[in-house]
Amino acid sequence: MFRKKDFLLITAIIVIAVVSAILIALAQSEAGAMIRITIDGTFYGEYSLSENQTISVDETLGYNRIVIENGSAYMAEADCPDKYCMDYLPIAKNGETIICLPHKLVVEVVGTQDARQLDVVVP
Amino acid sequence: MTTKRAAYCAMLTALAVIFGYVEALIPIGFGIPGVKLGLANIVIVIALYILPNYQVFVIQLMRIVLVSFLFGNMSMMLYSLAGGMLSLLVMCYLKRMDIFSVTGVSIAGGVSHNIGQLVVAVLVVQNLKIAFYFPALMMAGLVTGCVIGMLACRIKSVIEKIDIG
Repeated sequence: MFRKKDFLLITAIIVIAVVSAILIALAQSEAGAMIRITIDGTFYGEYSLSENQTISVDETLGYNRIVIENGSAYMAEADCPDKYCMDYLPIAKNGETIICLPHKLVVEVVGTQDARQLDVVVP
Repeated sequence: MTTKRAAYCAMLTALAVIFGYVEALIPIGFGIPGVKLGLANIVIVIALYILPNYQVFVIQLMRIVLVSFLFGNMSMMLYSLAGGMLSLLVMCYLKRMDIFSVTGVSIAGGVSHNIGQLVVAVLVVQNLKIAFYFPALMMAGLVTGCVIGMLACRIKSVIEKIDIG
């Protein structure tokens, strides 16, 4: 059922997956400031993660309702055929995404928490 | 091509379509949105070892077109074609190289299937951030490819004894 070389292949796949997962986790370690919604590659809007809100997107490709609650965002409703976007866990860290492929809609977390705070106040 | 072989290919296509349907009815989730076992690939992996390559390509193409029209939609067909054809190309090549077992070939097929779909997804939504699912999809391809490969390995040893014309 297995040959020796198979385990070489399995090890190689695991190593590549783990290394890229670590790199991505490092890139996504900071809490984000807001979410950016893009549809079919074009900008739709940006919404702050610090306030609870509901965003209804009703475009030609379909309807999506994104909810921001306690600093994280999730897909609450979608009328796409597969509903995979509603299976995603809530996102809050910089770089995390929720994708609704049939509607070509991407929700991504952008900006870091620090960016919202003022460094100095010039008198 | 003999009549017997044509009937055999048609039967394999029908079986692959039914597997696709069964899977749509009972989704086996892996915790990653959209990832599934890919039961139909048991048929494709076995066919790869008992039929000439071009016949397997025809079965794969027929399966994707039929499943997309019957149970899916046009955008689904694009993803299935990208994943299905890339994985079949990789599997054909690796089988010819003869360095991996059926399971190894199936694992490579599972991983390349997911990579093919990811590339299409990046192109469709025009956002590179989706590539962040690369590690999760690679691991998913490894697990599903391994399960499918081990099943195919068992079934193949029985099917090989049948005269397929």
